[in-house]
Amino acid sequence: MEVKTAGFKEVSAKETVKVSGAEAVIKCLLAEGVEVMYGYPGGAIMPVYDEIYKYKDQIEHVLTRHEQGAAHAAQGYARVTGKVGVAIATSGPGATNLITGIADAHIDSTPMVCITGQVGSHLLGSDAFQEIDMVGLSTPITKWNYQVTKASEIPQVLAKAFYIARSGRPGPVLIDITKDAQFDSLDFSYKKCTGIRSYKPLPEVNLLQVERAAQAINNAKKPMIVFGQGVILGGAEQLLKEVIEKSGVPAAWTILGLSALETDHPLNVGMVGMHGNYAPNLLTNECDVLIAIGMRFDDRVTGDLNTYAKQATVIHFEIDPAEVNKNVQAQIPVLGDVKQTLKLLLEFLQPNSHEQWHNRFKELYSIEYEKIIKNDLSAKHGKIKMAEVLDEINTVSGGNAIIVSDVGQHQMVACRYAKFNATRSNVTSGGLGTMGFALPAAIGAKMGSTAREVVAIIGDGGFQMTLQELATIYQMNVPVKIVVLNNNFLGMVRQWQQMFFEKRYASTEMVNPDFTGIAKAYHLQTNKISERSQLKGAVEEMLASKEAHFLEVSVEKEECVFPMITTGASVSDIRLE
Amino acid sequence: MCVPNDHHGRIGFRYKIRVMEKQNYTVSVYTENNLGLLSRIAAIFLKRHINIESITASQSEVHEVMRFIIIVEVTEEQVKKIVGQIEKQIEVIKAFYHKDDELIYQETALYKVRSSDFVQDFDIQSFIKKTNARIVTVSPQFFVIEKTGERHETEDLYDKLKPYGLMQFVRSGTIAVSKNEMPISEILEKFNTSNTIQ
Repeated sequence: MEVKTAGFKEVSAKETVKVSGAEAVIKCLLAEGVEVMYGYPGGAIMPVYDEIYKYKDQIEHVLTRHEQGAAHAAQGYARVTGKVGVAIATSGPGATNLITGIADAHIDSTPMVCITGQVGSHLLGSDAFQEIDMVGLSTPITKWNYQVTKASEIPQVLAKAFYIARSGRPGPVLIDITKDAQFDSLDFSYKKCTGIRSYKPLPEVNLLQVERAAQAINNAKKPMIVFGQGVILGGAEQLLKEVIEKSGVPAAWTILGLSALETDHPLNVGMVGMHGNYAPNLLTNECDVLIAIGMRFDDRVTGDLNTYAKQATVIHFEIDPAEVNKNVQAQIPVLGDVKQTLKLLLEFLQPNSHEQWHNRFKELYSIEYEKIIKNDLSAKHGKIKMAEVLDEINTVSGGNAIIVSDVGQHQMVACRYAKFNATRSNVTSGGLGTMGFALPAAIGAKMGSTAREVVAIIGDGGFQMTLQELATIYQMNVPVKIVVLNNNFLGMVRQWQQMFFEKRYASTEMVNPDFTGIAKAYHLQTNKISERSQLKGAVEEMLASKEAHFLEVSVEKEECVFPMITTGASVSDIRLE
Repeated sequence: MCVPNDHHGRIGFRYKIRVMEKQNYTVSVYTENNLGLLSRIAAIFLKRHINIESITASQSEVHEVMRFIIIVEVTEEQVKKIVGQIEKQIEVIKAFYHKDDELIYQETALYKVRSSDFVQDFDIQSFIKKTNARIVTVSPQFFVIEKTGERHETEDLYDKLKPYGLMQFVRSGTIAVSKNEMPISEILEKFNTSNTIQ
């Protein structure tokens, strides 16, 4: 606040108020524009919860039924909004239950701030009740973490937490606050963090590298783009589209890059990786210039590194210097936020169409269509296939829904077949592969994007890992649509057992409960289908509903997801059967 | 490509192959003095199953900036990646890696020997002269000798003293300064001026 002193120059004075550490936490969240947080109370975080109660008109708290649910919900919220998700839990088991979500957010670069309670500072190190070394535990899975032991540290530390979580390559930050720091008072004033001297979120852009990249692209005969989530995190979707359209370069995506470019775009050639499309995988080893944009060459994308794109000049647009040359050597690394670098690149690109090269993708697509896609989508006999469900959702939603998928076969099918018109519409656990992610993440996604339809696609295995969040959905009245694709198997593991363990189905068959009965017990609208003829009606009914709706689809039991690049194989050894 | 001499100086025509031999690298890390940073840095090595040969931490030439010296035996590719991961940590200002010939490095060792044996069998004066060691303390029961130098020098002295009943032996981690410049102050200045974008 600027204070005028009589007749003299303006003097800046900080507006300070005396508040408790706990109240300061809420005031910080409000100052950062936090609208909603997900959490679960407990002893060591009770002072903060007391303030949540007092501030309930200004900030919403969603009581999940397990802290893992809180973390995933915060992730879902962050993924669709681009804002920092906030999860809050007590010390000890409350904190450890967040771990899976934090790890997931870390590997998938999701901005998140987690606040955990901690025993009083005088008890630290005494193995007190519900004491756990949360800073130690979360160190390898956080972008930054810090233990607050003094109330006066709270404003500065939380400002830093939000800044770190959202800047540069985003990630999760954990702040552990001792109970005495929550109780003690401080003179509160809040100043947003705008820089930390040892931290450089945005590497300087080297224009020369951009020019070299453009030159390589302009001279290429068979260029190919693979884009990842960096495009979404950088808000560079439109620029990406302009780059693709101007250069005429076919563009493929990683599962976290999905939805940055609309599915129907003529230059969208599909997904790379283990269960990606035939053409982009095969042609990775045929292209002359491989343009990686905001992606990190995960092993599920590259397969065998020794045979990955060896013939190609690799250009790597990347914000995180540690990712460059980590897995794949880039001849032309272009460091920087893709929003900056793609804009510069665009200037240097020459218009091209690469028609012949594009036809190669089309040829290979028709092979994949004949061998796989056709059968996945238009089987006449047997049980419903997962792809048919996705296809029906596409038809009814027009490709406008946010699809939140769990982990396993249905996830791969969802990524392969879901249609997207808008960015930030695909929410899935990519790097960590966390079963149980989708249901709570869908809650956060829906709360972050209330105007849009949110459909969670979950397998019967993953659903049972976090199904307690049905209660959160009911209590908070979150109108998410839940589809459980039930094949009574842990399908992906079963597929591997079929392919590599001679069908020894060790602990993958599931004798399941009555899922609709469970959903009913949580007061949700439910439906269960097993016949193809019921599918259209069931999806229409689900998407027409204004409330949360649970649909169980009994699907083909021993379906395999193809194409597939088996572990350690080369992308050019992609199997169609 | 055929080259008459590969870069290990081996003579003869052979293909120049990519060599990824393990060797000693010294990783220097300039950091803010932050609780928990040591475990963050150590975790980077642990995750990759890399054994830390030695690690020291101390104040650096810049006010309030710490410097870690970490010795590892890895390939150059590995050390590059490690340095990348270390630099990614929020409180790390800058990390470098160096080969042995790019550094001046020293270790300090302390040897505690029984006075009776030592006095009997040694011409102490010439011993100290020859080894460039230093007597830190003397008591009727024991001598404490200090030797600073490279690993082989402290090891030589160890071998010399071993027969006379070493009561205790301890060696510090390697400390090192680089021959080239470490422009930490400039880097910090740059951070301060350029690093305010949200």
